[in-house]
Amino acid sequence: MAVCIAVIAKENYPLYIRSVPTQNELKFHYTVHTSLDVVEEKISAVGKSLGDQRELYLGLLYPTEDYKVYGYVTNSKVKFVIVVDSSNTSLRDNEIRSMFRKLHNSFTDVMCNPFHNPGDTIQSKAFDGIVSAMMVQTG
Amino acid sequence: MEVQEEKPIIYTMENKPIVTCAGDQGLFTSLYTSLAQQLPREPMEWRRTYGRAPKMIHLEANFVQFKEDLLPKEGNKALLTFPFLHIYWTDCCDTEVYKSTVKEDMMRWQNSLRSHSSPDWVIIVVETNDTKKKNKTNILPRSSIVDKIRSDFCNKQNDRCVVLSDPLKDSSRSQESWNSLLLKLRTLLLMSFTKNLGRFEDDMRTLREKRTQPGWSFCEYFMVQEELAFVFEMLQQFEDALVQYDELDALFTQYVLNFGAGDTANWLGSFCAPVRNWSGLLLRRPIDMEKRDGIQRGEASLLDLRSYLFSRQCTLLIFLQRPWEVTQRALDLLHNCVQELRLLEVSVLEGALDCWVFLSCLEVLHRIEGCCDQAQLASNCSHTVGLWAYATDKLKSLGELCGLVSEKGPTSEDLNRTVDLLAGLGDERPETVSSLQSPYKKLKEALSSVEAFERHYLELSHAAMEMYTAIGRLRSARLVGKSLAEFYMRKGDPERAETLLQEALKSYVSEGWSLPVTHTRKQIAECQKLLGRTEDYLQTSALLAGDVNLTTEERKHFCQELLTFAAKSGAPKVTLSMGVFAQLTRLQFHPATASVHSGAVLQVELTLRCLMPVSVHIQQVAASIHFDVDHGGTHGRSKSTQRHRNPATVEFIQANLSAGPPSSSAAGPSLEMDEIQDRSPSDNSLNSTGVVCKNTHLLMRRHDSSSPPDTPNCFSPPAVAMKEGAQMLKVQDVTLEPGNNSITFTAPSGQPGTYTLRQLCAIVGQVQLVLPHIYPSVQYEVYSQEPQLTVEPLSEPLLAGLPQMVKFTLLTGHYAVKKGDALQLSNTDTMPILPSTSCTARITDPTAESVSESVLFIQSSEKVTSISLPPTPPYHTLEFQLEVLCIIPSGTDRPANERLTNGEIRHRPRSYSHPDTPMTAIDQRMSIDCPWSIYSTLLALTFYIPFKTKHSLLSAGNRKYIQVCVHNVSDVNFTLAEMRLSEKPLASLELQSLNAKTQQLLCSKHSVFCLWEVRWKDDLPSCLQCVFSANFSPLKQDVSSFKPFHYQFQFERVTTLYSVRAEILPPAGEQHCRSGFLCGLEVCITRLTEPAEGELAEESKTDTDGPKTTKLMYEVADSSSNWAVCGKSSGMVSMPITANATHKVQIEVMPLFAGHLPFPKIQVLKYLPHTAAVAIQPDPDSCVENDSLSLLDKTLDDQADTASIRSRGSVHSVGSGDQQQKGVAMPRLEPFSPGQVFNHSHARQVLVLPSTDDHIMEMYSTSKLLNVPVSTTGTIGVVQEPRTAHRELQKDLELAAYGTGRNEGRMNGEMYRDILDKNLLPSTRMLKMRRGWTFQQDKDPKHIVKETESK
Repeated sequence: MAVCIAVIAKENYPLYIRSVPTQNELKFHYTVHTSLDVVEEKISAVGKSLGDQRELYLGLLYPTEDYKVYGYVTNSKVKFVIVVDSSNTSLRDNEIRSMFRKLHNSFTDVMCNPFHNPGDTIQSKAFDGIVSAMMVQTG
Repeated sequence: MEVQEEKPIIYTMENKPIVTCAGDQGLFTSLYTSLAQQLPREPMEWRRTYGRAPKMIHLEANFVQFKEDLLPKEGNKALLTFPFLHIYWTDCCDTEVYKSTVKEDMMRWQNSLRSHSSPDWVIIVVETNDTKKKNKTNILPRSSIVDKIRSDFCNKQNDRCVVLSDPLKDSSRSQESWNSLLLKLRTLLLMSFTKNLGRFEDDMRTLREKRTQPGWSFCEYFMVQEELAFVFEMLQQFEDALVQYDELDALFTQYVLNFGAGDTANWLGSFCAPVRNWSGLLLRRPIDMEKRDGIQRGEASLLDLRSYLFSRQCTLLIFLQRPWEVTQRALDLLHNCVQELRLLEVSVLEGALDCWVFLSCLEVLHRIEGCCDQAQLASNCSHTVGLWAYATDKLKSLGELCGLVSEKGPTSEDLNRTVDLLAGLGDERPETVSSLQSPYKKLKEALSSVEAFERHYLELSHAAMEMYTAIGRLRSARLVGKSLAEFYMRKGDPERAETLLQEALKSYVSEGWSLPVTHTRKQIAECQKLLGRTEDYLQTSALLAGDVNLTTEERKHFCQELLTFAAKSGAPKVTLSMGVFAQLTRLQFHPATASVHSGAVLQVELTLRCLMPVSVHIQQVAASIHFDVDHGGTHGRSKSTQRHRNPATVEFIQANLSAGPPSSSAAGPSLEMDEIQDRSPSDNSLNSTGVVCKNTHLLMRRHDSSSPPDTPNCFSPPAVAMKEGAQMLKVQDVTLEPGNNSITFTAPSGQPGTYTLRQLCAIVGQVQLVLPHIYPSVQYEVYSQEPQLTVEPLSEPLLAGLPQMVKFTLLTGHYAVKKGDALQLSNTDTMPILPSTSCTARITDPTAESVSESVLFIQSSEKVTSISLPPTPPYHTLEFQLEVLCIIPSGTDRPANERLTNGEIRHRPRSYSHPDTPMTAIDQRMSIDCPWSIYSTLLALTFYIPFKTKHSLLSAGNRKYIQVCVHNVSDVNFTLAEMRLSEKPLASLELQSLNAKTQQLLCSKHSVFCLWEVRWKDDLPSCLQCVFSANFSPLKQDVSSFKPFHYQFQFERVTTLYSVRAEILPPAGEQHCRSGFLCGLEVCITRLTEPAEGELAEESKTDTDGPKTTKLMYEVADSSSNWAVCGKSSGMVSMPITANATHKVQIEVMPLFAGHLPFPKIQVLKYLPHTAAVAIQPDPDSCVENDSLSLLDKTLDDQADTASIRSRGSVHSVGSGDQQQKGVAMPRLEPFSPGQVFNHSHARQVLVLPSTDDHIMEMYSTSKLLNVPVSTTGTIGVVQEPRTAHRELQKDLELAAYGTGRNEGRMNGEMYRDILDKNLLPSTRMLKMRRGWTFQQDKDPKHIVKETESK
């Protein structure tokens, strides 16, 4: 499904980033990094109008020829980015949403780990598993 | 038919719904203009089917002459040419004319309409004013024409015939009729629309439902639905028109997707054909008929269809004033098309799509620019920037494809490809031929030459970057910049590339994206190498060599680059930041206190984590030190430890490099707090205290600029100049292995002060690696210490009188003890130093490790004891022990102050009782002259006297005994031997020891009593000065260790002057006393000796004539409350000062208990009348009373018992007359010294028989305890509180007497009251009853009644 999943800290450094075609890792890094622009734009736009009651899911951040980049922002401004291959047309918005929700839940679990130091990169098997599951379902 | 044959280009904007006109053409022509003008003037509400929202529309119409051809044939779906309304115009007012011609014509018209089943018609009858005026009388017939028409044609629909009156006049009536006409027309038109469109839509839907059937063609359906869109557009319902196109779009997309999923449709075949034309979008025409025809024919390619669809959507969106949606959709479309072509596996020439996308992007942008002004464009960059970037991207890939980017220029193969691509563009469209900036021209130009390509590419890139920057999408801008940099690199322009890359790197580093950082840095390294910026290149190389994201080979390569340069001789020196090379992780001090005395060895161990992939040999590692002199001068050790302690180990939180996760750098440096205390310099009291943040500069900097403090070295090495400090820590030739390395320095510690490590520098050949700041700051302290001498007891407490070990500790400090240095101790008498031969001194170094031992040489002279010290290096400890003896001061007399040998006033050993121990303490001062100081050191030792000694004189008649009690207050057991008592002036006294043992064990906290009998030959001296001496030693030690102990004391007036005898006489007729019965006490005082000299002189002052007498006061007191003294208990006797003078006194006493009772105590005191004569009081009794009162006040506590009972009876006194005459205001009483009066009755007892009946009653009052023993035979007891007690007592006594039923006896209730009234009450008043006294008798518990009475 997803080709790249990234978790980005409030300060915009990557907490976790994984992509499926590993040889293209660099490109995904660039893509995800650039997508932060749009994420920030969306956050600031929403922040003005609604305040607290904002939708965490940001929707499609921007399409490229090959990929679609979706964004999600937690209340603590941790960003999730999912990159999906453009050719994968079967994915609907709702599915992306549920992926993000799953990701968020798993992320919350990671944060609840008392041995996890907030701000450190995520090195959790459970989280890895969730992410893998999302990436493997390519079908 | 003509219309279709001619194939007119339909410009949709000019299309209007067709309305046909039949009948009187002349009339219509005259009305046409106003009709065409007025029809759209007012909006009409259009109610729609299928629940669509009603809309207000302005209707327009294209009025054409009615022709039969215009009526649509069966099956013709064309909606644009469909006549929606048919009007028949007539102004016929003549019935005849109507009947003859008009009616016929109308019939024909009606028939043709009916034959085409067109129900939308209306007949307009125009009435003119002129005719009206002409035929005023014929109004009826005229109106009847309308009626006729109505009846003829509109049987059911009356509204199909409308009258228009005076259309050309400007009157209200005509206006009204116009309005009603227009309204009617509009209504009918809308009705027609609704009906016809509804039908059309139904047909269309049916067609769509057939799409799964094999023969269905999307292109046909497309045409049908587009027709509907056209009609909506014609009606200016762009929204609805757009919906039609969107539906088509979605349908097509779905087909493509289905195709991708394996579901093929035949009609898609044409779309799968190879793309031959990639001329891009064409948005300038409202309708691109070429493409439309292509679609209609089923020959269009996918790109054609998409292009056409988008151009239509674009047109409509622009009509809708939504240009920004166009850009959005354009981007989607372009991405989508590329995907679809890929999905459909359409073969496309390589680069053709790029061309198409590029052209399309530019076309869209041009179109948008065409309809918006500059300001709007600028503010909506965010919508267009995507297209710009996309175009840039595509152009770049085209350039790469066509070999326009390489330095060498395109090859022939590239050129061929270019030609092919250009061919696919076709010819330029006629619309843009004139425009110089058309996308077509741009692309052609760009592809034709390298220079043009560069120009265009740069233009686009910069435009995209600027826009991204303008809307704050800096990251995107950087990415574009990076790709531009790559272009520059290919073009061989590393300089420009580097600036762009640095910028991008900055953003990646600041946000901690390690992979992009590595990648970008690698590119920078390349640039820098090309540019020949050695220093920067080496810095970057070092960074890359330590980058874990790179492979080991790459890292080694970069490391080698660095080392190769370093090995080059003659090259200029290069200074790099050390952080990229190795990280300082830990710094450790040995010794751990980080504080040494000057000259001592302090080692600093650095742990460097080398980031290089290979081991690196370093010529020198140096750390520069900043030195601060301690302004406080030299500190003692105690003071330096009070100050801020330097941590032994400093862990450096890694300012991590960009490669690592920037978690800590993102969190910022942690606060470093420190406590400060401001003490006043004079008395060291606390003035203020607070907390300071030591690293504010870092924290504040972080807030100022968002870049972490440790990053600058990553892209632009800061000026890392090595400051040439005066002092350096240096280590030569170190090999740093990858990973942690430990380097040990020996720190200089010459001068006392604070040393701060500032910088760290490693030299590798020509490369100098500098760590500009060591943070957190690392300090060590070098102190200088004054020599200190302390003397402390080896064991606490020091006991006086015994040899005790005392430990001397000498901290040499900065002073080196030389050979021949000696301590000079001034000798004192009270504390001699015991010479010992085997006195060794131990020298230890500061770590408390023993260095050496040597024998001390002690030389004692008369005044000083000199201790030669062994040579000791500075900052060592010299310890030795000496035995000293503190002599117990024996007496009270002390010699006068004397000077010590060194001229100081001797500090007398002061004895005092220490609060902690029961032992008496003596502070013994020592004065020591030290070789390092001109002043003497004064030291105090506290000794404790282990004994407390008491003495007492015992008498038996004339015989005297001396008792000495030695109490051991220490915790040590002693043996006491050779107790001796000697009289001081060595008179003729003989002291005979009555002590049996010569040695006595004296355990801790125990006492030993010794007794001597004093015998004398002639006369006993009035004053005895004695010295008790004994030897003592701690238990279980040999005889030699016995030490003497002296105790000096003195007795005065030891001779027995008087003897007192007492006799208790039972009542008359009785053999023994009975309790409760009065009996007599006879006191006989006898003078035993002749008056001594002093005594006579004393007495002679008062009585000069007659025989010498002295006045004595006796008192009978019974402290144990066995006796009640009835009558006067005390009195005065006048004794002649001659031997054997006797005085007898008789007193009535009453024993209160039965048994062997001790005699009441009889006290004899010396009465000293006042010397001054006072007038004789008129009442002698009161005078005596006064006397005794004043006496009693003085000795209240002691004599309360006796004084409380006032005598009722008379005092039988021999010399009573003398007493009466004595009238002195303030006489004094003076007790005799012990032994001067010997009391024979002391400890005598008398048998008292119990009386026959004893009753005891105890009573308690709730408020006050009232304990009243009641005896019928005698006495009363307890008073707690005077007044109430008295009352209650009275009452209770009556009660008691009544309760017991016994009223007889010798003392009844009345008698009690009498006693109480007369005796008890006044005395209690007198005494104020400070102390409650209890008189309790517990002889017979059977008779004790307890009663609790509430008040």
